[in-house]
Amino acid sequence: MIARLFNFRGGVKPDAHKNESANASIQAAPMPAHLIVPLRQSTRATARCIVSPGQHVLKGERIGEAEGTLGTAVHAPTSGTVVEFGLYPLAHPSGLNTRCVVIEPDGEDRWADHQPFDYHGATREQTLAQLRDCGIVGLGGATFPSHVKLGRGSGIDTLILNGAECEPWITCDDRLMRERAADILAGATILRELIGARRLVIGIEDNKPEAIAAMQAAAGSVEGDVAVIAIPSLYPAGGEKQLIRVLTGVEIPYGKLGAEFGVQCFNVGTAHAVYRALAHGEPLVSRVLTLTGNVARPGNYEVLIGTPISHLLTLCEPKPDTDRTLMGGPMMGFALPRLDVPVVKGTNCIISASPALFPPPPPEQPCIRCGECARACPAELQPFELYWFSRAHNFGKAQEYNLFDCIECGCCSYVCPSHIPLVDYYRFAKSEIWAREREKSAADQARDRFEFRNFRQEREKEEKAAKLAAKAAETRAKLADKDATAPAPAAAAASSGEEDPKKALIAAALARAKAQKEAVQARNTEALSPDTEKEIAEIDARRIKAALVDPAAPAGEPPSERSPESTS
Amino acid sequence: MIHSPYIRKPASVQRVMLNVLLALIPGIAAYVWQIGAGILVNLAIASVTAVAAEVLMLSLRKRPVMLAATDLSAVVTAWLVALAFPPIVPWWLTVFAVLVAIVAVKHLYGGLGQNPFNPAMAAYCTMIVAYPSLMSQWPVSGAVSFDTQLHLILGGLRELDAVTGATALDTLRTGLRGDTNVGELLQTSTYGLLGGRGWEWIAGGYLLGGLFLLLTRTITWHLPTGFLAGLAVTSGVFWLFHPDQFASPLFHLATGGAMLAAFFIVTDPVSGATTPRGKLIFAAGIGLIAYLIRAFGAYPEGIAFAVLLMNICVPLIDMKTQPAVFGHRGGPNS
Repeated sequence: MIARLFNFRGGVKPDAHKNESANASIQAAPMPAHLIVPLRQSTRATARCIVSPGQHVLKGERIGEAEGTLGTAVHAPTSGTVVEFGLYPLAHPSGLNTRCVVIEPDGEDRWADHQPFDYHGATREQTLAQLRDCGIVGLGGATFPSHVKLGRGSGIDTLILNGAECEPWITCDDRLMRERAADILAGATILRELIGARRLVIGIEDNKPEAIAAMQAAAGSVEGDVAVIAIPSLYPAGGEKQLIRVLTGVEIPYGKLGAEFGVQCFNVGTAHAVYRALAHGEPLVSRVLTLTGNVARPGNYEVLIGTPISHLLTLCEPKPDTDRTLMGGPMMGFALPRLDVPVVKGTNCIISASPALFPPPPPEQPCIRCGECARACPAELQPFELYWFSRAHNFGKAQEYNLFDCIECGCCSYVCPSHIPLVDYYRFAKSEIWAREREKSAADQARDRFEFRNFRQEREKEEKAAKLAAKAAETRAKLADKDATAPAPAAAAASSGEEDPKKALIAAALARAKAQKEAVQARNTEALSPDTEKEIAEIDARRIKAALVDPAAPAGEPPSERSPESTS
Repeated sequence: MIHSPYIRKPASVQRVMLNVLLALIPGIAAYVWQIGAGILVNLAIASVTAVAAEVLMLSLRKRPVMLAATDLSAVVTAWLVALAFPPIVPWWLTVFAVLVAIVAVKHLYGGLGQNPFNPAMAAYCTMIVAYPSLMSQWPVSGAVSFDTQLHLILGGLRELDAVTGATALDTLRTGLRGDTNVGELLQTSTYGLLGGRGWEWIAGGYLLGGLFLLLTRTITWHLPTGFLAGLAVTSGVFWLFHPDQFASPLFHLATGGAMLAAFFIVTDPVSGATTPRGKLIFAAGIGLIAYLIRAFGAYPEGIAFAVLLMNICVPLIDMKTQPAVFGHRGGPNS
């Protein structure tokens, strides 16, 4: 057991608002009329559709095949008929469309065949493939494929289970830990085995005493070094790097993975999904999420992936003054551009927002460099400096001041007394830098292509020349052979007789050319007017008189060279 | 479109400025008690001038007037000008000084948040150079009635010898040029418990207000500590070296504008250093320069000049003291 906690600098304490939904136990959400299952899972990975419209599928049946290293499989969330394979809007601030499989449930919710996976008897690769094929991704929100994260099987000392849930309003992990602690720990022991970790540390914010108690009780029956640690409730304690810092003291820099420092971190929901996938062979077709905010009946629901948000909102009954619906927490979530979008694996919370709960920000005032943002920044940046640089489009300087270490947690915007939307400036600066990088790499590619084209043309030309030369040599050789066979002496005499006048002609031409060339050699002392010539003569005379120049100097010295006679 | 975060801490520039004004009240109360109510008149003149200048400049610059004019930043500048100046300066000098601070130092550089120099201190320096005699007449504690103060402020009446005395720092300066030593000088009537008679109470009031600012997290400990340490250490070195010739650190901390500067002037976020280490360097630099001017310069009080000199160094200080970022400790920056 470890006793000592570390702290990260910065952080904020917004009102938690957990009480609204924390006491509502997890219920299964009713089946919607249609399930819209996106094949796109993140910006990096899309699954390949393997079903066609009209096909009947069973719950847990694979409908999308993993593609690429970061891909995972996609499954039918319930039994029913595939009615369409087409473009539907995604739960994303952009509101862009993506390829989705639309399934009409048959109401039976019948599982496809699935067996427990004997991961003790399987190789690592087989186990990781099983996780990939069960569609297991991180359920904390980032939806990073778990099999990729587990790929490094050695050098890891500590497995951290993230039960911090630091965003206000969200309680789905809290409920999951209270109700399914044993399954979570079973998943955690599997994960621990897969990454070869010695220690298992579970971090839970101390505003969830019931979850801590439940996890502690369940941890009692788990072998090995297991610790359930209550950590201070301070947003963003649930950020992976912040949690690792609090529990182990290790600071993972930007661009580095926990694995490089002997630590791996998984969300409690992910551990639960891993357990279901290996102990029961169940693919990830549903997740627990919180419905809360400006609603009559906040709660926590087990929701099938692909369920439209609008369908879920009927369960919690948003109040009439609701003006927006947020996905995720109020610190890092986003307002949904429309409500017919489906729940995805990263959806942990839907918040109905009202002007009273989330008032529009007061008008922006000038930055007074008070440094509140720097005190709140968990990445220990100087946010106001980044703000000035981003505002001035001084992106190089922004990068120099570690813009990319910003985790966009929103603490700086939260505390700013001038109400400056600081995070938006960093998002802007980052996207500009990426755009420029892309442009630059496109330009680099174009240049490379152009240079290669030149190289290729050059090479082709050389090859052609070589070929021609070879051919000419061949012809000459043939001719020589022919000559050799012909009667020799007479021909030779004739040719030498012919050649001599030719040589003389050439020599004469060369001589002419040479003479011509010399004649046209331009001099600035040629074609001078008589006046100028006279002047020059006078100057020379004066010089000689002044003994500046030795009159006896040989021709070719500057004074004499100037005279036109010597050059002609 | 509004992006995350969707919630915000109930904080505002007004709230920050209001905290500063509230924190000045104990010092002002002690001022009224020890010196007289004339300071209130100065504060009023300065405040009205500052807000009027703010409104004028904002409308000339075609900026939204209401929000910026009510952010109280101009009032803070006005109060600092009034409190840094002798309480019996004529009204037009206060008005002039506030106009210099708001129009030239603040708005000509781009308004709130953009000025590289501390407006109140720039105004102080301008005025002490332009009107050295008016700026050096300080009333002796309890010697000037409110009526007289009012007359002095509002015009006329400039026979001051009866009512003003040199300040504690001034007396010390001139006294030390003669044969007297520090010990003898401090026995004279100019001096009270620690510094100038009556003024140590005002300094105490500022200290109290400063603690309030620290408690409300309006300022961090770095700047006051750096400044007071800079002043104390420098004066301490000279004092230890030659106690007859140089006053003790305690005297320097309690005298002149030291306490006002420590909590209200060097803590100006706009024109000061911002990194933790930078704040310490910036403030300690002010303490050091202020002492050197007090002890060896042409003016008895040197804080205003010291602040401006260190304001010039802020970009360099900030650049060279960027703290290491999370996960980058041990890198080239640390």
